[in-house]
Amino acid sequence: MKAFEYAAPGDLDDAIAMLSDAPGDSAVMAGGTDLVTSMKQGLVSPNRVVSLRNVKAINGIQEAGPDLRIGAATTLGELLGHSLVADLYPSITTAVKGIGSPQLMSVGTVGGDLLQAPRCWYYRNGMGLLADDAGAANFDGDSMAVEGDNRYHAIFDNKTAQFVSASSLAPALIALGANAVVRGPKKAEREIAVADLFRTPSSSDEREHVLKGNEVISHINIPASGAKNGTYEVRTRQGLDWPIVTASVAIASSGAKVVLGHVAPTPWVSDAAGKALGGKVDETSAAKAGEEAANGATPLSHNEYKVTLVKVAVKRAAMAAAAHG
Amino acid sequence: MAKSAWPAMGDRTVLGSRVSRLDGPIKTTGAAKYAYDQKLDGMLYGRFLIAPYAHGKIKSIDVSAAEAMKGVEVVQIIRNVGDEFLYAGDAIAALAATSEELAVDALDAIKVEYEILEHQMDDTTVDNVSGRVRTSEDGDVAAGFAEADIVHEGHYGVSPITHCCLESHGQVCEFKDGELWVWPSTQNVSGYADGLTKSSGLEASKIHVDCQVMGGGFGSKFGADQWGNVCTELAKAAGKPVKLMLERDQELMTAGARPSAHADVKVGLKKDGTITAWESNAWGSGGTGGAGRLQLPYVFGAIPNSKVGQGTIRTNRGSQRAWRAPGHPQSCLITMSALEDAAAEAGIDPLEFFKKNLDKLDVRLPNAENVYIEELDIAADLIGYKDKAHPRGDKTSGPIKRGLGMSMHTWGGAGHPSNADVVINPDGSVAVNCATQDLGTGARTALSIVVAETLGIPMDSVQANIGNNTLPPDNPSGGSTTIGGISSSSRDAATNALNAMFAKVASGLGVAADQLEARGGNVQEIGKPDNSMTWKKACALLGSNPIKGTGAKPTSDGTKLDNSQVGGCQMADVSVDIETGVVTINEMVAVQDIGTIINLKCAESQVHGALIMGVTYALYEEAIYDPITGKMLNADMEFYRLAGHADVGKLTVHMMQTEEHYSRGVIGLGEPPVISPGAAISNAVANAIGVRVPTLPLTPDRVLAALA
Repeated sequence: MKAFEYAAPGDLDDAIAMLSDAPGDSAVMAGGTDLVTSMKQGLVSPNRVVSLRNVKAINGIQEAGPDLRIGAATTLGELLGHSLVADLYPSITTAVKGIGSPQLMSVGTVGGDLLQAPRCWYYRNGMGLLADDAGAANFDGDSMAVEGDNRYHAIFDNKTAQFVSASSLAPALIALGANAVVRGPKKAEREIAVADLFRTPSSSDEREHVLKGNEVISHINIPASGAKNGTYEVRTRQGLDWPIVTASVAIASSGAKVVLGHVAPTPWVSDAAGKALGGKVDETSAAKAGEEAANGATPLSHNEYKVTLVKVAVKRAAMAAAAHG
Repeated sequence: MAKSAWPAMGDRTVLGSRVSRLDGPIKTTGAAKYAYDQKLDGMLYGRFLIAPYAHGKIKSIDVSAAEAMKGVEVVQIIRNVGDEFLYAGDAIAALAATSEELAVDALDAIKVEYEILEHQMDDTTVDNVSGRVRTSEDGDVAAGFAEADIVHEGHYGVSPITHCCLESHGQVCEFKDGELWVWPSTQNVSGYADGLTKSSGLEASKIHVDCQVMGGGFGSKFGADQWGNVCTELAKAAGKPVKLMLERDQELMTAGARPSAHADVKVGLKKDGTITAWESNAWGSGGTGGAGRLQLPYVFGAIPNSKVGQGTIRTNRGSQRAWRAPGHPQSCLITMSALEDAAAEAGIDPLEFFKKNLDKLDVRLPNAENVYIEELDIAADLIGYKDKAHPRGDKTSGPIKRGLGMSMHTWGGAGHPSNADVVINPDGSVAVNCATQDLGTGARTALSIVVAETLGIPMDSVQANIGNNTLPPDNPSGGSTTIGGISSSSRDAATNALNAMFAKVASGLGVAADQLEARGGNVQEIGKPDNSMTWKKACALLGSNPIKGTGAKPTSDGTKLDNSQVGGCQMADVSVDIETGVVTINEMVAVQDIGTIINLKCAESQVHGALIMGVTYALYEEAIYDPITGKMLNADMEFYRLAGHADVGKLTVHMMQTEEHYSRGVIGLGEPPVISPGAAISNAVANAIGVRVPTLPLTPDRVLAALA
């Protein structure tokens, strides 16, 4: 492992000031469950690691008027144990429960869940995230994921990148219309939709999220909408496992929102599915929403089954949302 | 005079009771010191550089930068320029450094240019079979099929899996005063030193091996292996102790795998369910090693007209090693699935079908037909077969379909040659010494039970010493041979020690030594508790020196205390979500005959462990190899999935414990219960959803494909 500098300041702006905006130069550490492994495996080798463990200001869950303000360093376990979250947002608690590991839940954070690197096994085996990465160079620049074993890869938006977004929370948060408060140097702060945190990188200089190296998420704001909500995950194992497909549905008086996870390089919003659900959710509209969500999928050689799973997950998430409250 | 024969069933004290493992507390609290936990003064950390491609040659290798790093004490090239390697994960170089981190950095500093050669990864198609194809034919196969009313044809497969030992392979070693001290993770304590004589330059008698506890072997840890020898060479060159245990990825790629197996099968049945013919064309891959021998048709080897062929596919994966009941789980899956499919086509209840064809058994278990019938009936009762069984395809509404499946297996399990001694001290304490290992058998506990039973004293008076090659030698733990071996040798040793003691104390009770027995903490005249003395008092008569009895398998008085050949059947109750393809286990029932049971709790826990391992390979476990690079893509514990508590369902274990079973002698239990789970679960899934998912593991993608 390359030698690196380490700091754990107590002030968020001090922490940000220690970060570099150059890609890969520095790294933010929250729970460290992904970062430390990635550093040990040589997937990332930052010169400096800035831990947020002492930044109290971004910890904990507050009621901000009717809204909920969740510090980015709040652990997944704290999120799961919060009674208001449990009452209002079963779509979130279902997603957290799905992580299935007490160890991960006790140190993993909300911000870390959103910004963790993909689990693509080509990437994790050092072959790069995209076909233009150096790791793929010995194999004629073929996209490993297109030519190889892509059973867990993307079925939407999979032309330039085939990995899937790994976040467990993002689909639920996006369906609920949550925003991320992003803090940069010189106390610069902006609030963006959680959906806009993510992007499909077009080259290996880009990451799968839009934050600069010296920006961090400080909070997640979930606006009070009274939406009924639910999440359904398809997992191989009941214990610790990654979902193969996730769907989160939020049904508000203004309409329904359907967001898929683990099917595209970003969390995948299906407007057509949301429209199909409308305000009235029943078996028929839920099934229709599933069909709509699966429309336009471009499965790879080994993952057509994920299209089927999208239909089921959306249908079941919608029915779970309908049953909420 | 005490005899080594086991006591009558009604005359046991601790033998066959439920005893918790003596080393359970230190294992669960983390106090137990595994090889991985050894940390010696000045110890260096060894690491391997492994091949990133499945097949290639070394064009150039430059270790100078690594050697120049401060703290890197030895660098060893294993594959030199021009050398070929046959799988990703094979060792290219090794080094030892003062810290793990430095060792990893030093590996990065080794510059290797590879020439990438063609590789073969796909073992799922018969077209890739190369080399010799074994065939055999019995009876008149054409006539057998002509006679059949139903001819079923199907394909069945088992994906390659690894051993995935939680404690990886490797050792810690240190040269001191011209001798070598080794702490390996091994299932062969007595034989381990022999594998290190060349690399150490020492005679085996100067190599001290110690392995008190070990974290899983399953057939993959019999020898010192490359890593043991490289560790020894690094320690020798550095003049310092070295720890070299495999990293998880290397463990999964190089340290053992179970061969895959596939078969196209044809079964002929009469309308009444009588099997008339069997034909199978099987193949599989053991990576760079052979694929092992399948036994087809399994258990029902006496099907009258049969033709079997088996070919091998060489693939660029690490070599297979013996995996808990080599060949049996695969043979069982192929056979029981094909037969059950044929029965379903004929519309016959599988339980009735299997029972009906028990005249076609080819197993060495005496009275096998009756054993299987009895066990199938018990299993059926335990799982609620009468209420839950339904013809193929759960016709209830909704996406969750429930099904039952069953399977039968057989195994040998005779005890291996073993030596032990038992020392009785003048203070009344007792030690039993045997250089065996505890692979999962509960060896330490078993030795204590046998000796306590034999001497009529409580278990806490008996200290069991194992895991060290200075103790009386024992054979490796493989093939379910340990319990039969060590129970015989320790019973023999304890009997001999007791008789030696009787000789010394007999005069104190005024009877001849052959008129004494040890019972309930006393030494007494046989059947006369009135004429007795306490164990302690008897021991005090020994004088100042302990006495020792030596024992072996075979025993010194010629009594055979072990046996071999078991049956066993299992049933699975599963639910399948036909919309997602996710399979969940409701219950697994295992009914197992195993002769004389030494420790009922450990025996049941062996079966529990086997069921969990079986659920794992049935539903989750698969070594996935990249068709492009030939690397194992899931050489981690993230996508190489093992079942957790939430996944295994209810596990119900029934051990056969009648007088008849008890009288057979001790038989090993490691293997048999892990054979059937794959077949039973696959059959249950087919019963639930109405179609066969041909290949294990039964992952959602495969289940959905079968339903499509």
